[in-house]
Amino acid sequence: MRVLVTGSTSLIGRHVVRRLLERGDTVWTLQRRPGDEPGVVEHLGDVTDRSTVERAVERAEAVIHLAAHVAATGPWSRFATTNIEGTRNVTEAAASAGVGRFIHVSSPSVAHGGASLVGAAAEPADPGNAHGPYARSKAMAEIVALDAGSSVMPVVAVRPHLVWGPGDTQLIGRIVDRARSGRLAIVGTGAALIDTTYIDNAADALVAALDHAPSIGTRALVVTNGQPRPVREIIDRIVAAAGLEPPRITVPYRVAHAGGRIVEQIWDRRGRDDDPPMTSFLAEQLGTAHWFDQRETRRVLQWEPEVSLNEGFRRLRTWFEST
Amino acid sequence: MKPGAAAPAELPPPGLDGLEPRWSRLVTTPTLDGVGRTWHVLDNRTDDPIVTLLCVHGNPTWSYLWRDLLARAPSNVRVVAVDQLDMGFSERTGTVRRLAQRIDDLEALTDELGLTGPVVTVAHDWGGPIALGWAERHVDQVTGVVLMNTAVHQPEESHAPGIIRLVRAPGVLRRVCETTPIFVRGTMALTHPRVPRPVREAYEAPYRSADRRAAITAFVEDIPLDDRHPSQWVLDRVAADLDLLADIPVLLLWGPADPVFSDLYLRDLAERLPQAEIHRFIGAGHLTPEDADVASAVFAWIGRSDESAPPPTPEEKRVPMWAKIDRRADEEGVAIVEMGKDGQQTSRTFSEFAVDVHRVAAGLSLFGVEKGDRVALLVPPGIDLAVCLYACWRMGAVVVVADAGLGARGMSKAMASANPAYLIGNTRALAAARAMRWPGIKISTEPVGNGRRRLLHAETTLDDLRASGEDAPEPTAPGSGDVGAVGFTSGATGPAKGVVYRHHQLEAQRDALIDLYGIGPDDSFVAAFGPFALLGPALGIPSVVPEMKVTEPGSLSATALAEAARSVDATLVFASPAALTNVVRTAGKMSADQIAVLRRARLLMSAGAPVRASVLRSMTGIMPDAEMHTPYGMTEVLPVADISLTEIEHLPGGEGVCVGHPVPGVDVAISSLDERGVAAGELSDEPFVVGEVCIRAPHMRDGYDNLWVTENDASRPEGWHRSGDVGHLDADGRLWIEGRIGHVVTTPSGPVTPVGIEHAVADLPEVALAAVVGVGPPGTQRVIVVLEPVDRVPRSRLADEGLSDRVRACADSVDVSAVLVVPEIPVDKRHNSKIDRTRIARWAERVLGGGRMGPI
Repeated sequence: MRVLVTGSTSLIGRHVVRRLLERGDTVWTLQRRPGDEPGVVEHLGDVTDRSTVERAVERAEAVIHLAAHVAATGPWSRFATTNIEGTRNVTEAAASAGVGRFIHVSSPSVAHGGASLVGAAAEPADPGNAHGPYARSKAMAEIVALDAGSSVMPVVAVRPHLVWGPGDTQLIGRIVDRARSGRLAIVGTGAALIDTTYIDNAADALVAALDHAPSIGTRALVVTNGQPRPVREIIDRIVAAAGLEPPRITVPYRVAHAGGRIVEQIWDRRGRDDDPPMTSFLAEQLGTAHWFDQRETRRVLQWEPEVSLNEGFRRLRTWFEST
Repeated sequence: MKPGAAAPAELPPPGLDGLEPRWSRLVTTPTLDGVGRTWHVLDNRTDDPIVTLLCVHGNPTWSYLWRDLLARAPSNVRVVAVDQLDMGFSERTGTVRRLAQRIDDLEALTDELGLTGPVVTVAHDWGGPIALGWAERHVDQVTGVVLMNTAVHQPEESHAPGIIRLVRAPGVLRRVCETTPIFVRGTMALTHPRVPRPVREAYEAPYRSADRRAAITAFVEDIPLDDRHPSQWVLDRVAADLDLLADIPVLLLWGPADPVFSDLYLRDLAERLPQAEIHRFIGAGHLTPEDADVASAVFAWIGRSDESAPPPTPEEKRVPMWAKIDRRADEEGVAIVEMGKDGQQTSRTFSEFAVDVHRVAAGLSLFGVEKGDRVALLVPPGIDLAVCLYACWRMGAVVVVADAGLGARGMSKAMASANPAYLIGNTRALAAARAMRWPGIKISTEPVGNGRRRLLHAETTLDDLRASGEDAPEPTAPGSGDVGAVGFTSGATGPAKGVVYRHHQLEAQRDALIDLYGIGPDDSFVAAFGPFALLGPALGIPSVVPEMKVTEPGSLSATALAEAARSVDATLVFASPAALTNVVRTAGKMSADQIAVLRRARLLMSAGAPVRASVLRSMTGIMPDAEMHTPYGMTEVLPVADISLTEIEHLPGGEGVCVGHPVPGVDVAISSLDERGVAAGELSDEPFVVGEVCIRAPHMRDGYDNLWVTENDASRPEGWHRSGDVGHLDADGRLWIEGRIGHVVTTPSGPVTPVGIEHAVADLPEVALAAVVGVGPPGTQRVIVVLEPVDRVPRSRLADEGLSDRVRACADSVDVSAVLVVPEIPVDKRHNSKIDRTRIARWAERVLGGGRMGPI
């Protein structure tokens, strides 16, 4: 299969590309910076640039669309341009180029506000209710993507929840950085159950979505390891894998949530684009349950996560020890 | 009575909660009142139905009351729910319509609808007499009658007529019913819990203005309270003609928390319709269809099978419960002993006991107790209780016995449900009965002076009965098919259920125990376990009740047990695990001869809750020659299976707790669980099929008291009892119990039963007790382990990494999402071993959802 992967330099992107290459697919990528994977035809450029996108997607049979602007804060225009307009460019270009299957990588945060999610299904994306600019823009992007779905080009929106693994700068990187500087706090009791997804499983699920897209049809699916754990246990084990002491600071949920609001406003006003220590979105993520019903996902993807959390933590430790 | 203004029938506005517009139709009955009247009717219009439900609402509701029946009707059942004329969205006729007219109206409507096939009438409130009047005119067509919180007669003790008179006072009635929506709103306020706003608004929708409410007033005015009332004769006729329905099945569905149609009305109807099957929805009130799942009940009832129970033992082969008392009536050996404080003993010889039972039986009969009357026995275990029990059985009364562990509130509910005609109790019980207004004519087991007699409302005493019965003739004995007992035990969840036993079932239970433990004429026993305290006379062997607190089995000391055993030279000891635990703890206080007395026992039986092998093992030190046994069973059927300590010590490993082989005469089968944890599978005796344990035995309960729905659910297939326990049979046919069906965790990879993992976790050296519960929606639940460590923790918290890893290793292939450490795992106070998983699950759901930790 000839597959175009956008945003291929991200952690998931690299894993997906490697899997496709391993099994003999032809892989083209569209990204801003050159990657280091041999055997890949690279198109350098931005998804917001329509002509670059059109060139990249030409003759592709399938698209895996990963490119996105991911940040906790920052001006809305950046989120909107890359995530919403970028997705519109890629889906439209794919449809006119006669692409036969389209995998849009989304996020479970597109479908909910701050409430607990306990064994939740993949509800429709809801930009009005999504919290924070990232989730809101991704919600709109998913609507755009699914709207482009047709019998000719089914669009499967895959929402992996909290992807982590060796080399991850988003979740693991931030947690470990904060633990090192002693700024890592547990929000609330730390008992809220959260689902996470080990990187290899997330990549496998995307490839499974690609393979089964015609039978799945246009729809959204949440992907996780199916092993929810208390948020504190996840953090403790990540920190332990990095050889650090578990966090000792705990912050009540309300304090973290309100504090996060204030921090966001300060970052906004000063135009800072570094990572704020706390946001209200992060407080919600850490203080309320987020776990999902995986039965339908596994049935239609014909996929089971191969790497258990325990094995994942073991691999993470090995990786930390080797770097 | 004033008629309201005329207005045509109309269709309900769209968007009423739970109401499908496609059900609504307008039907004109052209001949009514000479001018024709138009009705609003809900009708699912099923073609060629096997039966049609004709649903009639009362005041001040409308056909909306029956929306669940329409929504959930099987595809071959037609449901027709009418809005009575002047009510709901039917025509406002501008006339006054009394009961007789309304019966005619309904008939005109069914004629117009061409309702000629089989009909089950379903009615609520004052729809009852109208539907019954219709049914009495269509006996050939009616295949069933369902009534909910209604009446055909005002029982004498009822306060309702007083309330109705008050409301009818000049100036009040119209204000309540008509010029204001107080009555409509007030009816909604009687729901438990209060109906949500959209439902309330739907009920109010047809009654928005005073004009539209005129018939509500007329309905109240049409309730006959005296002979001069124009509808009195009609209602009396409806009541008298109930005889016409004698061959038609009747289901009474009742919300007992109804300030108008109280249990008094239920009993009045039950007497007039003796064929009726009854379900009281505990906690439900007047608006039965809103408070309880009546749709499931109605559809289960119309779909029930008519298989009849197997015939009881032929009378000539039967050995009645009192037979062995009669057989040993000439013997002077000790029959029953009651141990008091400080070594006091009271006893009766076999001949004394036989005489006593005869006198009290005859005395009860002379006092007016009739065969089939219910007599509540609120007497602590001992001689008086045994005498009363066998006297009641001998003269055909039905004993109502309730576990003292129910507490005052549970006891009140049990008494309201069983409604005994007589109540025999000690002065303490009578005082409670007085305070809590328990029903029944009171009889004191203790002598009381005139003052206290009046205070306690005691009509007579046990001694008076003995005296009056002295030379009286033997009363006629009940047959083996007659009901002998209604028992209430403390349920793990919800209010206690009354379990009904017929004499042949009680007799079969006695025989099952004789067979199981080889009980012979040379045996004698200590009864430190409530339900067996009464069995001595039926077994025809001496028995003793040791000194202990009735409500606290754990209060039995080793010395008290030994002294009791000495009094009858006991060969058998029956005790609960809690009692045995304390016996082990206090064994050091026994004297040398007390130790010697207990060494003579040949069998120890521990019943009432699962017993730990370690307790039985410790007991072998006290009773070295005794076989240690523990039966498995429940209030509904006991014993089901039995296991000895020797067998426990040699068991192969397995999931859950092994309760041994089914005892002779008992069939055990498993109904497997579906992915939502529902026991939907066909009965199977294949090994290692996990599911609900189903039992069939001659000594099984007959049914539940006034709980038709419960009985129907628990009796699938007919003749079996669904235990609510989950387990499996092993390759040797032994039964293993893995928990309660409600406690099964339904994970995406299948149902997980808690007991196996709990035991594995509790075997970790640092763990004292563990509970396995599920969180999340059924079918995709996650397994959570909650544990109480040996080293107590001050407050609940997440387990640390090491402990979590060790716990997860116990669960094998099952993914444990979280391990929580708590100061104390809640357990059933009475048995001190039943883990309250329902409560723990609720707590875990909150904590793991991000809520505060707090106590369980």
